[in-house]
Amino acid sequence: MKLNINGKLVEVAADPDMPLLWALRDLLGLTGTKFGCGAGFCGACTVQLDGEPVRGCQTPVSAVGTARITTIEGLSASAWGRKLQDAWVALDVPQCGYCQAGQLLAAEALLRATPKPTDADIDAAMSGNLCRCATYTRIRAAIKQAAAA
Amino acid sequence: MRLNRRAVLRAGVLAGGGLSLGWQLGPARAAAPGVLSAFVEIAADGAIRITAHQPEIGQGVKTSFPMMIAEELDVDWAQVHVVQAQGIRELYGVQLAGGSSATPTQFERMRRLGAAARAMLVEAAARAWGVPAAQITTGSAMLHHTASGRSARYADMAAAASALPAPMPETLALKDPAAFRILGKRIPGVDNRAVVTGAPLFGIDARPPGVMHAAFAKSPVFGGKLKSANRAAALAVPGVKALFDIAERRDLKTQIDVGLPGIEVLPQGIAVIATNTWAALRGRDALACQWEGGDAAFQSSAAWEAAAAKAWRDGPQKPGTINHGDALAKLAGAARRVKADYSYPFLAHAALEPINATAEVKDGKATLWLSTQTPEDARRMVALALGLKPQDVTIHLMRSGGGFGRRLMNDFAVEAAVIARAAGVPVKLTWDRAQDFAHDWLRPGGWHRLEAGLDARGDIIAWHDHFISFGRNGTLDPPAAIDASLFPAGVIRDYRADVTVLPLASTLGWLRAPINNAFAFVTQGFIDECAHACGRDALDYRRALLGPPRAIPIAEEFSGETAADAKGTPYHTGRMRGVLDRAAAMAGWGRTLPARTGMGIAFHFSHLGYFANVVEASVAADGSVKLHKIWVAADVGRQIVNLSGAENQVQGSVIDALGAAMGQRISFADGAVEQRNYGDFPLARMNDAPPVAVEFLATDFPTTGLGEPAYPSLAPALAGAIFQATGKRLRQLPFDTSQLTA
Repeated sequence: MKLNINGKLVEVAADPDMPLLWALRDLLGLTGTKFGCGAGFCGACTVQLDGEPVRGCQTPVSAVGTARITTIEGLSASAWGRKLQDAWVALDVPQCGYCQAGQLLAAEALLRATPKPTDADIDAAMSGNLCRCATYTRIRAAIKQAAAA
Repeated sequence: MRLNRRAVLRAGVLAGGGLSLGWQLGPARAAAPGVLSAFVEIAADGAIRITAHQPEIGQGVKTSFPMMIAEELDVDWAQVHVVQAQGIRELYGVQLAGGSSATPTQFERMRRLGAAARAMLVEAAARAWGVPAAQITTGSAMLHHTASGRSARYADMAAAASALPAPMPETLALKDPAAFRILGKRIPGVDNRAVVTGAPLFGIDARPPGVMHAAFAKSPVFGGKLKSANRAAALAVPGVKALFDIAERRDLKTQIDVGLPGIEVLPQGIAVIATNTWAALRGRDALACQWEGGDAAFQSSAAWEAAAAKAWRDGPQKPGTINHGDALAKLAGAARRVKADYSYPFLAHAALEPINATAEVKDGKATLWLSTQTPEDARRMVALALGLKPQDVTIHLMRSGGGFGRRLMNDFAVEAAVIARAAGVPVKLTWDRAQDFAHDWLRPGGWHRLEAGLDARGDIIAWHDHFISFGRNGTLDPPAAIDASLFPAGVIRDYRADVTVLPLASTLGWLRAPINNAFAFVTQGFIDECAHACGRDALDYRRALLGPPRAIPIAEEFSGETAADAKGTPYHTGRMRGVLDRAAAMAGWGRTLPARTGMGIAFHFSHLGYFANVVEASVAADGSVKLHKIWVAADVGRQIVNLSGAENQVQGSVIDALGAAMGQRISFADGAVEQRNYGDFPLARMNDAPPVAVEFLATDFPTTGLGEPAYPSLAPALAGAIFQATGKRLRQLPFDTSQLTA
């Protein structure tokens, strides 16, 4: 089947039931999307389908169809994505960094829909993404900085 | 974590803590012109490469350690390119992420490595220009001789410098901290850009050519044996290529950096080799393995609760395990006695990067790509498991997606190596989340029955604890230990701890600020109760308890891991008073608060750091707890290495501790861990996380670490806030908020 990943059509020979997470990581070598819990609790595998954040571990490749897939490797193509990446670097958000790809994809969708998010907006959009190092204080600050940029 | 302190100290000295700096300049210098040591290379094109040798697990060492070198090398941070080291102890010395030990043990050493490289460049310039070295100044990777107006780039002198003998350590002059241009500043992590663009950094991202993917079926009960498996069903899963039976081994006790008595077990199981991770995990499930028996088959949280209650009824197994003064006599004569029972559960590490390891075994050599906190242990264990020499094992040290103490243990590395040898191809082994919980090295649960004797003013004059936790052969396991270094022993002179040991067969380990992460909750909570019993303010009561500023000798335990000038580190009541007062001032302690809102305060010393915090929280009518703000005051000595990373560690530690206090518990039934995923082991989330204000007090003491010591004092401060808000004293972790309804 063909998948539209970060603006490119890519042929992938995956079992239709295979979660998108594993097609990206193991079949296509796009390891920026992370395996965390495999059950939708942590958000480490967050990617976007047509701009909407979804859990890669809960999305069979057969369900993707022609939707545009955006992964962390393609986030820089978005103006909001670049602003968020710059804010993440400047405010030194990551500790271990493992969750941050998912955090950024969730944050990019938030800012596209809500360019000036309130704290409540941030809570609503970001509480599905666990950070085991608990960098939430800085994630919040970086979203606000990107929104102001 | 607590580690094998003697080993750390020994290795720290060997690795250049003093006179042996030269040895580590030797091996690498032969490599190429411009290589000034194993840590510093200045290429002819001007590139300045500094090697980061510590395991990066999110504590920031890949940035902070090169900062130490760069400062004394006298280059601009923007000129530095950081290179990740492999795990090679004979070249780099100790490579260990544990015990918040890296900064206290290696801060001076890293600075000396930078100063040594600078001295070699200065000497090379002095010879080239025929001027005294003492007249040469440096800055921004340039050498200057003002009198003759000459200047050169470091790069111009690097080849000549690398041919010079290593300077004698005692000749090295370190910078006056007032002149620091890198240390103490806010420096973003060197991998930040790679993180935010999804570059492969972590162990789980390793993809050596030809790699196959593995899952490993093993008993959820420690030591269980395979009864049956449906191999045909597993092999029928598309993508599954092979199955290998792995035999149990219990002889892999090679830890050198981690102070556990050693159950390092390769469990019996079946390895499933597949073309992708999903197929491997499906194949593992299709095996539908049945297991029987196991050392830990008896383990049951319900039975342990009953055993603890019985021990409290019947009395301790080991009366007077710690017995200072005469607590029992003082209690008998006390004006007032306060009693309370506290308890806390087993905890898992639950690092977000699932446990994994990638290994290739070929031609009598093994290569591994690992997220590990202890690469040298991994190397030795893999060598032992495969019958190789450690030198034949190469460890690519990958960024860890969280450690928290879990990755001090290298069971996963051994599994991957043994499976890769059987498979004959490179193999990436991935555990799923349920396996991470089932096979963790857990923070042990514990119970404390406390009794304090108060004098007429209400001050504590005696402390008696009947402590119950887990061990083997009648001895508490090291992560379940109680010792006389733990406050309030030492501060309260008449202190007694009785002990009862409950038997356990599965694995215990070190979790962020181990022992302290439980004891602080118990001790500080009980101090609040004593204050309340005599109608005194929680802050003033603590000030009185700490007393005048003085240094109280504590167990050697805390002295072995620091630089020479910190040896014999005592408990400084004055340093604790400093952070206590600062936290109270930051929070505006004593403010009038709305209904069902409260503030709590607590302090704790661990890992050589002094911490106090205040929590403000409100409790809704349904019992739900909302944190408004956390204020943390910290004293980790005279120099913060990286202000950005330091603040991040403290904020993350207290929010991590908040998650644990509000909901985390590991329980056993039928010998196995019951929790399987984050759904039944909740972490704090964005909507739980309050603002966290952090201030560092600079005191004239050695610089110490920050990965752990901010964690312990959060839970008791939160319990204090909840008490003030509701009048309900929570004595059990995690907090049962159903008790808090209006």
